[in-house]
This record gives sequence, C-alpha cells and structure tokens, in this order.
Amino acid sequence: MSMIFGVPMAVLYGQLLIGVINGAFYALLSLGLAVIFGLLKIINFAHGAMYMLGAMGTVILFDTLGVNYWVALFLAPVLVGTVGVLIEYFLLRRIAGQDHIYSLLLTFGVALIMQGILTNIYGVSGLRYSMPDVFKGGVNLGFMFLPFYRAWVIVAALIVCFGTWFMIEKTKLGAYLRAGTEDSQLMQGFGINVPLLVSLTYGFGVMLAAFAGVLAAPIYSVTPVMGSHILIVVFAVVVIGGLGSIGGAIITGILMGVVEGLTKTFYPPASSAVIFLVMVVVLMVRPSGLFGKEA
Amino acid sequence: MTIMKKLLTTAVASAMMVGGAQAEISNNTVKIGYLADMSGTYRDLSGPNGLKALEMAVADFGGKVNGSKIEIVTADDRNSPDVASSTVRRWVENDNVDMVAGLVASSVTIATTKVLEENNKLGLVNGSAASSITNEHCTPNHIHYAYDTYPLANGTAGAIVKEGGKTWYILTADYAFGHSMEKDVTAVVEKNGGEVIGSIRHPFPTPDFSSFILQAQASGADVIALANAGADTTNAITTAAEFGVTQAGQTIAGLVVFLTDVHALGTEVAQGLQLTTGWYWDMNDEARAWSDRFMEETGARPTMVHAGIYSSTIQYLNAIEKTGSDDSQIVRKQMMDTPINDMFATNGRIREDGRMVHDMYLAEVKTPEESSGEWDLYKIVRTIPADEAFRPLADSSCKLVSSK
Amino acid sequence: MSQTDIHSDIQKSILSQQKTENRRKWILNGVLLVLLLLAPFVMYPVFLMKILCFALFAVAFNLLFGFTGLLSFGHAAFLASGGYTTGYLLSNFSGLTTEMGIIAGTLVATVLGLGFALLSIRRQGIYFAMVTLALAQLVFFFFVQASFTGGEDGMHGVPRGELFGLINLEDNLNMYYFVLAVFLGCYLLVQRIVSSPYGHVLKAIKQNEPRAVSLGYKVDRYKILAFVISAALAGLAGSMKSVVFQLASLNDAHWHMSGEVILMTLVGGMGTLLGPVLGATLVVNIEYQLGQGPLRDWVDPILGGIFVLTVLAFRSGIVGEVQKFIRKNMG
Repeated sequence: MSMIFGVPMAVLYGQLLIGVINGAFYALLSLGLAVIFGLLKIINFAHGAMYMLGAMGTVILFDTLGVNYWVALFLAPVLVGTVGVLIEYFLLRRIAGQDHIYSLLLTFGVALIMQGILTNIYGVSGLRYSMPDVFKGGVNLGFMFLPFYRAWVIVAALIVCFGTWFMIEKTKLGAYLRAGTEDSQLMQGFGINVPLLVSLTYGFGVMLAAFAGVLAAPIYSVTPVMGSHILIVVFAVVVIGGLGSIGGAIITGILMGVVEGLTKTFYPPASSAVIFLVMVVVLMVRPSGLFGKEA
Repeated sequence: MTIMKKLLTTAVASAMMVGGAQAEISNNTVKIGYLADMSGTYRDLSGPNGLKALEMAVADFGGKVNGSKIEIVTADDRNSPDVASSTVRRWVENDNVDMVAGLVASSVTIATTKVLEENNKLGLVNGSAASSITNEHCTPNHIHYAYDTYPLANGTAGAIVKEGGKTWYILTADYAFGHSMEKDVTAVVEKNGGEVIGSIRHPFPTPDFSSFILQAQASGADVIALANAGADTTNAITTAAEFGVTQAGQTIAGLVVFLTDVHALGTEVAQGLQLTTGWYWDMNDEARAWSDRFMEETGARPTMVHAGIYSSTIQYLNAIEKTGSDDSQIVRKQMMDTPINDMFATNGRIREDGRMVHDMYLAEVKTPEESSGEWDLYKIVRTIPADEAFRPLADSSCKLVSSK
Repeated sequence: MSQTDIHSDIQKSILSQQKTENRRKWILNGVLLVLLLLAPFVMYPVFLMKILCFALFAVAFNLLFGFTGLLSFGHAAFLASGGYTTGYLLSNFSGLTTEMGIIAGTLVATVLGLGFALLSIRRQGIYFAMVTLALAQLVFFFFVQASFTGGEDGMHGVPRGELFGLINLEDNLNMYYFVLAVFLGCYLLVQRIVSSPYGHVLKAIKQNEPRAVSLGYKVDRYKILAFVISAALAGLAGSMKSVVFQLASLNDAHWHMSGEVILMTLVGGMGTLLGPVLGATLVVNIEYQLGQGPLRDWVDPILGGIFVLTVLAFRSGIVGEVQKFIRKNMG
C-alpha cells in the first residue's frame, strides 16, 4: 500500500472525499450568510439557530404530523424562512442603516432566546430522527465505504448552491435584488417594493440554513444547541471567502472542508482550530478575504 | 474500686461529650442545597429532574428528621465554577446550608468541594464522572456516590476483552477527561491480553465524525472504543451506524454513555452498543417501582444520577436520624459505617476516600425487535462486583487513604 | 446692554453651569465611594468582588469598543490568560506575594494583547471582530490542551496569599478592599485617558477615522495602544478574579464570555464611564438572582431578550439614556 506522510493512499482518498462532503455542507451554510451580508449588509448571528430550527423542525414535523423527509426538505425551510421574514420585519428593520455591529448583536440575542426556550422544552440530549429508508446503506468504493446519504448531501448541497448563485448573479430577479440593496431609492422609484425584497432576501438566506438543517437531521445529533458551535466555523468560512462574495462563499466552503479533512488525517487534534488559523493568515495577506470585493 | 470505675467512666464519658461535636441539628433545620446545570450541556443528566428526585427523597422521609424540618434550596451552576463557588460560599457562610447535592461538571464539583472543606459541610456528588474527585481531589467533606469513569471504562473494556475483542482502536476526545479514559482503557485491555492497535484524538467537541470513523474502520480492529462523552459519543455512534460499522463486524464500546444518550439515539442506531451503568430503571422490582413514580412526576425515566440522588439523600437523612446531628463529619462517618442495599445500590459501602462502591452492571442496548417501549433500552448482561469495579485503594493518590 | 456685556453674561452662566455639573459629579462620585466602602458589611463580599472584577473587565472592553469604536469579539482571551497565569504562578511558587502574581498575569495579557493588536488592527469593522474571535479561539484551544490549566477540571486551590507579604488576603474584608482599591485606580486611570488629548483622538477615530487620518494622526498607533491598555486591564481583572475565587477555568476563555462582556457594556451604556460598571453589576445580579428563583431555567432567553431590547430601544444603554434624559430636561 503506498503511503504519503505515513498515511495510506486509500485512507487519504477517503478523507478527501469526506472533506468534500463536509465542504459542501459548509458551502450551503456560508451561502446563506453571504447572501444576507452581501446583499443586505446584515451580520446574521442567528444563522446557526436557523440551521438548528431546520433540523429540529424536521424532527418535530415528523413526530407530530408524520411529515416525511422529502416533504420536510421543502416545508421546514419554508417555515423557518417565514420566521426569518418576521424577524427582519419586526426587529432588523428598525436598525437598518445603523452600524453593522448592531445587526450582529441583535441576531446574537435572538439566537440566545431561541436556543434557551427550546432547551427548556426539549432538553439537550437530542431528538431522534431515522435515516430515510431509501438512503440506508452505502456503496463500497474500494478505498472506503460511502453511505448513500452522504452522496445525496453533496448532490443536494451543490444543486442548491449553484441554483442560488445562478439566480442571484445571472437572472433578472437577482439583478433587482442586487440593485435594490445597493440603491433602494432608485429602485423604489422604478416601482419595485424594496422593503419586501429585503424581507424576502433575509428569509431566503435563512431558508438555506434551514435546508442544511434538514440535511443534517439524519446524521447529526439534533439538539437546540447544535447551531452554536457551527456558527463561528461558518462565519470563519465566510470571512475567509470574503463577506461580499456569493460565489466565493461556495468555493471557500468546499475548500475549508478539504483543509479540515486533511488536518483530520495528518494531525487530528488541530482540526477544529485550523479554520481559525487559516482565517488569520488569509486576512493578513488578503484583507478582504480570498474573493472579497470591499476592503 | 467500683466507685473509682464509676467515676472514671463518668469522667471519660463527659470528656467525650465535651471533646466531640455536639449531637444536635444546627438551626433546627436540615438545609439541602441542590446545585446543578439546569440549562446547559449537562442539563439532562441531573438538572431539573434531579431536583425532583431530591424532593421525592425528602417527601418519602416525611419532610422532617428528628423533629427538625428539611428545607431545599436550588441554584443553576451554569457549568461555571465561579458561579458554583460563590453560590456555595454564600449558602454555607450565610444561609446555613448543611449539604450540597447534584454537582455535575468536574470543575464545578472540585470548586464546590473545596469550599465545603473550608467550611466543614458535606457534599453528595452524583452527577460528576471524573474519578479524580475521590483521587487527587478527595476531601473529608464529600462523598462520590453514583459512579465514576473508572468502573465505566474498565467494566466495559474488561468484559469485552474477555468476550473476545482482542484488538482495539480508541477514539479519544482531546482534553484531560478523554486522555485519562484512554489511559485507563489501554491499561485494562493490555492487562486482559488485548492490544490497542491504534488511536486517534479528535477535538472537543466535534460535530462530524465521518473522518474518524473511517480511520477506525480502516484499522480493522475488533473493537472501537469511544473515550468521549455527551454529544461526541452520540454523534460518533450515529455516524458509525451510518457507515455500517457494526454490520461489518466491529463492536462499538461506549465508555461514558447515559440512558439519556441512548434514548436520544434510539435502538435502531444504538443496538448492540456495550456500556457499563451503575443502575438501570428496569433492573429489578424495587427500581422499577421507584422509576414508575419518577415517570409520573417528570414524564421521563430516571438515569443512574437521578436514582443516586434519591438514594444518597435517604442515606444522609437516615444518618442524621441515627446520630441526632447534622455535623458533616459525624454524618459522613455514620454513612461510611452503614452498608447500602436499597433501590439504587447492591453491596454498597462508602470507602475512606469518599468513594461509594457498589455493584455495577455491564449492559447492552436492545435491538428494535427486543425493545417494547421508548425507554426499554438496556439488557443487563453481567454484574460487576463492587470490589472489582472501582479503583483499588492501593492505586489511590487520595490524601485520606491511610495505607499510603 | 452692550454686546460684551451679553457675551460675558453668557460666559458666566456657562461657567456656573459647568461648576454645578462638576459639583454634581463630585457629589455623585462621593456617595458611590461611601457606598462601596460600606458595602461588604451589608452584602456578601465575595459576590461584590465578582461584580468588581467583571466591572473592570467591562470598563477595559469599553475603552476599546465604546471610546475607540473597535468591537473585539475575543476579549475573553485576556481575562483567561491573566487568570491562568496568576493562578499558576501563585499555586506553584510560594515565594511570590499576591501582587507579584497579579502583575505577572497582567503582563502576560498585555503581551497577548499586543500580539492580537498587531495582527488585527489593519482590518475594519466586522473583519476586525472576526479576527479577534479567531485569535481568541486559538487561545481557547491552547488552554484546552495545556495540562497546566487542568483542562475541563479547571485550576483549583489558588492561594489568596499575602499582599506585599504583610496583609492576609484569606480574610474576605482585606481581599475586598484590595480589589476595590485596584478597581478604583483603574477606573480613574481610564477616566484620565478618556478626557486626555489622547482620549479625544480615540473618540475622533471612532466618529470618523478617515478624517482623523487626513488630519495627520497615526491612527494605527493610537488604536494599538488602546487595544493593549484594554487587554492589560482585562488581564488584570482576570488575575484578580482568579485570586478572589481561588480558581480559573475554561469558562473564562470561551467565546460566550466575550459575548457577556459585550452585553454588559451595551446594556450599561457604551462610551460612558459608569455604563460598563452598571452593566456588569446588572448582568451578574440577574444571573445570580434568576439562577436561584423559579425563573432559573430562563436565564439565557432573558439575557438574549435584554440584548435584543437594548439594541432596539436603548442603544445608549442605561447610563447613556439617563444622560440623554438629563441633558434634554436640564440643559
């Protein structure tokens, strides 16, 4: 068996593939953050909580209404997106135009409230969610056993990421969105309901987080605090990619997944810290991130 | 001669009465402080339900002991030793609290027992897992009651090696707790003729275990041991199920697994998991009867921590009743002199290092077919006798152990 | 009346207004000082010391955030490094007197602060905050791994020791007055800094950095110095705290602690001097009082709610809003 740095090639390939899978996950999560910041200049510290709501929502919908996984993939994000719209309309709108820092603090507070209330109701040990039958099992690729579900995660995440990027950068709706948030006076003059667009954009960004949550439900512990740890990792990814860049968030997400995967292979204890190290280094060399637009 | 004898006896008796502590209950109240994590990571282990268990014990005892009433005060320690330390200090210095119960996070427990030692009060530790609490951090002012990591790790490891799991791969959480468990397990495996063929350290906490499970699979070891706890353990087990680890023939050994973790996982994912527990709600009639009452009050089945809180409180109140005093040293001595055979423990006794040793149980998680209900999760495979389960006093670094 | 007469009348009334304001300030400060001196006889000293340490932490943070406009999301790193250093030195070197241990802890935090500053100062706004967060996370991971911190168990049994080798700090009253003296000293120091020319430049930087640059100020140097002072005081707060409680733990280094000091400063009133002190007092009290009562399961949602409310409606914090109110009705 050939080795690189004491690690068998087969293991390395397996780790790289896992890295890409996790990267797709990070990409999906950072995409929502990038959309919200890039277009609305809101620093959404409630993103982790929205991800959690997507996952918890999936389980609760199943337990109370028997909603199956496929329906949940659409329903949970829509519900969480609605919550997002309400948050934007009732809370964030009041501090629009102020320093970005306030949006960070406000959404941080919102996340604390949600996590606290759900912990009281559901405890912290987590809720049970079975893997959908169609995905059970996997395929032996030779260098590793790949569960079907993980393959599905890459596919779903990449489809949604590409679709979002395309919509924002290449379609008329996306153009309205980008223009409306850059110069709302002008766009309102053209008859476009900018405030509505803003609410919907926030809702959409949050929907992306919730979608990631639904994907997570069968494979990660579904607890009210599952978003808390992943939040700062995702922020790190977005900052590395450059806060304004939507395409940058996707590419960086996948890249960071791979970097993390390699670290897990060669020096596992540092795999949580490595993303922060990369962030510090990147920001020193490229102040606005790898693909960022503003300095 | 007889008069001299009588005089001497009276003199000695009076000297003992004056020299020893007064046999009385301070402030005519026995005040118990319940300190635990009510809102954070350890909430489900002890938390609000642990308070219920404490209240049940006090109520079952009659609410009074020797005519003095029993009061309970509660606080959330927020997993912060700062908060715990200042709360307990206030409790014992200002509020006449006699005993502190609950106590989960090791940093909280160690901080609390230091304060209790300074003020000569008593602590009954049920939540914490760290075996250092009766080792280098032992004090004459607390008793570690329900369990610790030593029997959990060694019971499981020893039993599995004996059953044929010779080669081991250890997944360790990269912090002090994980390291010490890895060390303990390695020692047990090697002592029983097994071999640790590999190990990997993962950050604490880790949300995604696929990478680590992959490497464990690649090692081809008979057994994959999880030297971690809480969400890390449940995530690792879920991922192992997803990657078909048990189907491919490897055994997963959870070293710190609680009923609440298995309940969160469900039998489908956790079936076949081997673990050690200090108590199980369905293990005998007495336990079941108490658990039914607990379920009525809280809506959930009790963990060994909840049961330990109930049992230790009853023992504590019994000791006060017998001695007529709530002085910590008198009560502790009485508890140490009293064997414990109740709903919670069999062959239980409290050693000089404050460790309550009792029979532990090797359990296996039932398959979905074997399980008849949401909480019907374990089958008890084997009993590990009290003398074998816990760290022997000869290996102890506790300052109270006189044989050093 | 001539122009000059009106002019001098106006000048006189401004001067007398300032005198009344100053007198008001002195009376207020005097009353607070007396209250602080008498407090340990009425309230529990260890609890008061906790408040003082966190108040110092918040005052330190406010210097950077409220006065210079730099939001650091990693201040917990300084609190913890001060605490762990002092704890370690005092536990292992019995020759050290307490104040030497505390000074050492403060120095370590200062050096760490310089490191953070040099790596982050070129960035603005959210990027700056994220870099400080990332650096603090690296420090956190270091503390998790390092054996001297005791990891999850924490560092326990830090001796109170003797101040200058003379005053026994095991006595809670002695310890309290020491902590109070240090706190007051730092508070006055920050007050001097803020009202000095240097402080005015900081405020100018917060209001409009490009203009400050165009006026010729070496803005980076001012920011770095502010950061280092802020880190030093935060480290001092952590060092004292570890002696008061005789322990240090990972909670001090976790990013939630960074979030808490932001909350304290925001609620109390950033950009004011008393604000962070009030904020710290409030938050510590809320956590304690609620943690004991029937609302103990709701502490986190309530703190979150306070965050939200403060950002929405009371952005200047309590002290800030009170100041605005006074100015409106009496100015």
